[in-house]
Amino acid sequence: MDAIFLQLLNGLDKGGAYALIALGLTLVFGTLGVVNFAHGALFMLGAFCAVSFQKLLTISMKVRDESITFFEAYKEVPYLEIWFGDFGSMIIDWSVPLSILLTIPTMLLIGLAMERGLIKHFYKRTHAEQILVTFGLAIVVQEVIRHFYGANPIPTPAPDIISGSAPIGLWLGLSENLVYPWWRIIYLTFSIIIITAVFAFLQLTTFGMVVRAGMQDREMVAMLGINVERKFTIVFGMAAVVAGLAGMMYAPILPPDYHMGMDFLVLSFVVVVVGGMGSLRGAVAAGFLLGILQSFASLNEIKSILPGIDQIIIYLVAVVILLTRPRGLMGRKGVMED
Amino acid sequence: MNFTKTRSDLTVMLIFSIAVLTMPIWLAPIGAGYPDLLQKFAIFGIFAIGYNILFGLTGYLSFGHAAFLGIGSYTAVWSFKLLTMNVLPAIFFAVLMAGLFAALIGFVSLRRSGIYFSILTLAFAQMSYNLAYSVLTPITNGETGLQLTLQDARIFDGPAGEGLPSTELFGISMSGYSGFYFCAVVLIIAFFLSLKIFRSPFGMKLQAIKSNQTRMKYTGFNTRPYLMTAFIISGMYAGLAGGLMAVTDPLAGAERMQWTASGEVVLMTILGGVGTLFGPLLGVGIIKYFENIFSAVNEAALHNFFSFLPGFLENLMVTIITPFVGEGWHLTLGVLFMVIVIFLPGGIMEGLDRIKKRYKTEGASEQTGDKE
Repeated sequence: MDAIFLQLLNGLDKGGAYALIALGLTLVFGTLGVVNFAHGALFMLGAFCAVSFQKLLTISMKVRDESITFFEAYKEVPYLEIWFGDFGSMIIDWSVPLSILLTIPTMLLIGLAMERGLIKHFYKRTHAEQILVTFGLAIVVQEVIRHFYGANPIPTPAPDIISGSAPIGLWLGLSENLVYPWWRIIYLTFSIIIITAVFAFLQLTTFGMVVRAGMQDREMVAMLGINVERKFTIVFGMAAVVAGLAGMMYAPILPPDYHMGMDFLVLSFVVVVVGGMGSLRGAVAAGFLLGILQSFASLNEIKSILPGIDQIIIYLVAVVILLTRPRGLMGRKGVMED
Repeated sequence: MNFTKTRSDLTVMLIFSIAVLTMPIWLAPIGAGYPDLLQKFAIFGIFAIGYNILFGLTGYLSFGHAAFLGIGSYTAVWSFKLLTMNVLPAIFFAVLMAGLFAALIGFVSLRRSGIYFSILTLAFAQMSYNLAYSVLTPITNGETGLQLTLQDARIFDGPAGEGLPSTELFGISMSGYSGFYFCAVVLIIAFFLSLKIFRSPFGMKLQAIKSNQTRMKYTGFNTRPYLMTAFIISGMYAGLAGGLMAVTDPLAGAERMQWTASGEVVLMTILGGVGTLFGPLLGVGIIKYFENIFSAVNEAALHNFFSFLPGFLENLMVTIITPFVGEGWHLTLGVLFMVIVIFLPGGIMEGLDRIKKRYKTEGASEQTGDKE
C-alpha cells in the first residue's frame, strides 16, 4: 500500500514535468503550427538558470579560518555572507526558489529571440524542415551549454530548510514510515499552479481569448484586424517560460546536465501525441497519466513479471494510442489524423 | 540528377567504381588516405544511400534508423561468436535481422505519415535503445557492449587458439586495407542497387508518393506496400552498414542506436542533397572527413595555425574557434545542420545546380550580346 502510494506521488511528480513541457509544445504547435524539437533545450536552459544563479550568489573569497590556530588555514566564504551576515546566507540557502525571479525574464527573452530569429522563417516550410532545423538548434544550444558548464551533472541542492522529508504517512493516517521529500511535494504543487495559471490566462483574459480564437481559425482573427503574429510570438515566449520554470524547479531533483533536455523532449513528444496534437488539456492529462504509468511500471512486483517494462511503457502506450486513436486521447476530430 | 541522366548508367557505375576503389590514392593528399577513415566513408555511405531510398524518394522522415544499424551490428557480432569468423554469414544475418525488424517497425509506423511517422520511428528507436541497455543485457551485454571472447562457441571454426581471432573472408583478414576494399565492393554493389531502384518504375512510384500521395491513392493505387518495401530496403541497408561496422571492428554497443545517431544520418543525407544519387555520399564524405579533422584539433594546434597573426588577434581567433573543435565538434555539426536547412534545403547538390544555372544564364546572355 505504502509503495503504491509513493509510486503515485513519484508519478505525479514526473508527470508534472512532462505536463509542463508538453503544454508548451502543444501551445507552440497549436498557435504557430511549428513542431519544436528545441523545446527540450529550453527545459535544460531553465535548469541551468538555477545552476548559474546559485553559482552567482556563492561567489566567494578566501578568508583565514580563525578556528584553526596551528597553521594558516583558509576557507571560502561567499561575499554575500561577508556583506550581509545571516541575511546573506539566507539568500544563498534560498537561491533555487529565488531564481524563479531571474528565470522568468531570461527565458522570456530567449524564447522571443528564438521565435523572431529562427522559427518565424519556418511557418510556411514543411514539418520535416521544421523538425530538422529545431533539431539542429537543440544540438547547438546543448553543445554551447556543455562548453561552458562541462559534461558532468551539476548537483544543485534545494535549500536546507526544505531538504528533509514530509511525514505524509502521518497526515493521511497511513504508516509513519511513509515519508516524501519536501521538494518533490513543492514541485508538484508548483507545476499544478503553473498549469492553472496558463489555463486561467488563456480562458479569462482577452489576450487568451484571441490566442484561442487564433488557434481555431487564424485567418479569420487576422481579418478582424488583430495582429495574430505578434500574439503568437508572445505565446512562444510564454511556452519558453513554462518549460524553463519546469526545468529550473527540477534541478534539485535531477542534477542538470547538458543532454537532459533531449531525454525529456522525446518523452514529452510522446506525451503530446498521446494527449492529442493541439489539445492543451490532453497534454496535461497525458503528462500526468504517463508519469504515473511509468512509475508504477518501475515497481519491483511488476518488473518481476514483465522485465524492462518501465523502460518502454510510455512508448508502448504511444504506439497503441497512435494505432487505435490517431488523434490522441483528447484531440479534436479531424486535426492531424493522417 | 540531370547530371547522371545525360550519361548512361553503365558509365556512371564505371566511374563510381573506379573512384571508390582508388579512394586511398586520391584522398591521400588531403590526409584521409588511411584505412580507418576510408572504411567509415564506405560504411556510412551505405547507411546514407539506404536512408536516402526512404527519405529521399518517399519523403518519409524517419528518426529511428540507427536502431537498424545497431541491430545489424549485434547480429553480426553474434554470428562471429556462435558460428564462424567468416564475414559473409555475419553480413547475411545482419541484413536479414535488420530487414525483419524493419518489417515489424514499418508495419506499425507506416500507418501514419508526417510528424507522426517521425515520432513513431523515434519512439521505436528509443525503445530498442533502452531495452538494449537494460533488459536485453544477456543479448547485448548492456553498457560494456558486445565483444568477442575466448569462450565463444564458433561452431564452424572450432575452439579459438591463442588470443582472439579476427574477422576474415576465406582466410583474408578484414582489417586495414583489405577491410576497406571489402566495404568498398559492398558499397559499389549497394550503390548499383540504389541506382537501379531510382531508375525503376518502383522508384518512380515512390517519388510520386512524395509529390502527392493523395492523388496516387485517388488513382486507385495502394501506396502502403510500396512504402513498406522502401522502408524495409532502407532498413536492410542500415543493417548492412551495421554489419560492416562489426566486420571492421567486432564489437557492438547500444550507443549506436541512440537517436543522435539517427540524426546524424539525416544530416548527412540532407547536407549532400536529399533524393539525389550522389548527394548522400557527398554528405557522408564531408561530415566524416571534417569530424576526423576537427575532433583531432586542440588549442595548441590552433595557436600554431594562427601564429602568423599578431598576438592579440591570434588569441582572439583561437578563443573564437576553440568551442567548435575537438570535443566541440558536435557544435559545428549543429550549426552546419541549421545553416543547410535554412539556406540550402536541397543540400550541396542543389547548390551546385544553382551555380550551374547561373553560369549557364550568364553564358547565354553573353552569347546573345555577341550576336548583336
